[in-house]
Amino acid sequence: MGPRAFLVDEVGDPAAWAAAFRSFDPPGVVDVVPAARTVLVVTDDERSLGRAKALVPDVDTTAVVRHVGREILVPVDYDGPDLADVAERTGLGIDAVVSAHTAASYRVEFCGFAPGFAYLSGLPDQLHLPRRATPRTRVPAGSVAIADRYSAVYPTASPGGWHLLGRTDMVLFDVERERPATLEPGTTVRFVAS
Amino acid sequence: MIEIVAPGLLTTVQDRGRPGQAAIGVPHSGSVDPALAAHCNRLVGNGDDAAVLETVGGLRLRALEAVVVATDLEPVARSLRPGDEVVIAVGGRAWHYLAVRGGVDVPPVLGSRSTDTLSGLGPPAPGPGDVLPIGPEPHRLPIGETWPPPGVPDVATVTHGPRADWFASLDELTAPLWTVTDASRVGVRLGGARLDRVVEAELPSEGLVRGAIQVPPDGSPIVMLSDHPTTGGYPVIAVVEPSSLAAVSQRPVGGSVRLRWRPELGPR
Repeated sequence: MGPRAFLVDEVGDPAAWAAAFRSFDPPGVVDVVPAARTVLVVTDDERSLGRAKALVPDVDTTAVVRHVGREILVPVDYDGPDLADVAERTGLGIDAVVSAHTAASYRVEFCGFAPGFAYLSGLPDQLHLPRRATPRTRVPAGSVAIADRYSAVYPTASPGGWHLLGRTDMVLFDVERERPATLEPGTTVRFVAS
Repeated sequence: MIEIVAPGLLTTVQDRGRPGQAAIGVPHSGSVDPALAAHCNRLVGNGDDAAVLETVGGLRLRALEAVVVATDLEPVARSLRPGDEVVIAVGGRAWHYLAVRGGVDVPPVLGSRSTDTLSGLGPPAPGPGDVLPIGPEPHRLPIGETWPPPGVPDVATVTHGPRADWFASLDELTAPLWTVTDASRVGVRLGGARLDRVVEAELPSEGLVRGAIQVPPDGSPIVMLSDHPTTGGYPVIAVVEPSSLAAVSQRPVGGSVRLRWRPELGPR
């Protein structure tokens, strides 16, 4: 990925891989970015790139063991504009959709799209739906959503194509905090009906 | 202090950006042409981290106190007395820079004074009448002699991207004379040819860097610039080397640019 970065492909657990790689504290590494099936390593020059690449075979995610960060409980008011539609499309009914969403244990696989927007794995199979055919031009901040095999919370208002199940007042991204993102790769999450 | 009398088409405060935070979805941001911004900073004796004004053009600025400024349009810094104005018109390079001795001293957000036009992080873009504070005098003196800014290369050098093998022919990237059809701080869209894929699958989102050339389903490549999203789902065919990214990023809409492979590589 250019003279200063490389992409590690077909990574089973990118969040764990990134944590394991970062623990080497490799010199000249500017960023380690997990995504759905890859990890991007960004360095400050070509020499650092070479040294960072040489460390790749030594990354041992079994030592990290499904890297578990913090556990966050997200309170949700399940009254989203797509809740009824999701209930119908899944054939579950609203109460069962809420039960299924809150029963699961989620994990942040990676962040992208916007600061603090975390892709959460662990969504029960019966709630898997493709994105909305027509995205919304504006999804309110704090919206709790699902699409494909992920769940997510929109940290700020933005356009969005996911199904909105409800809303939370929890702050997902705060530039004043030492760790601005509430949901970081490896963090486990549960949703709680409030 | 300086007053933005008119911000023109787009003027923002920029510095070297917010590297190292992509894992939480924070874009790198920073000057689109960091070498040119650094050049202007050097002319006024600033360190490389000083924040500058980046403008598409149409910027009109007034000094409210004695300040020393330098732009990419003149080879030497200039002293302004209170009331003196500087104008940067649209034209020439796509992105112009104005450095003030002491740096633009707005409060940093997540370690940077850069305005990120994609995520909204950083200071808001100044509007007409906005006043910007200037930081303290740096230790270094302004450059005493004329020093012309770096030129804009005609050709951008590229290396293979992680999904180069998704494409029918890598020659298709370097053969055409590409035209800039659309540009912003997020990316530059190139027109003039269609890059056909041999792999039709959807790509799960993966990390991006500045200079990465993404190819959406319509086949028209997009070159990532400073405010690019941290991840994307379009395959990256190639990456423009940082040292020649200005060949693309500084080309105004309607301008042309060629791409060539880094000499020791060549296509597959």
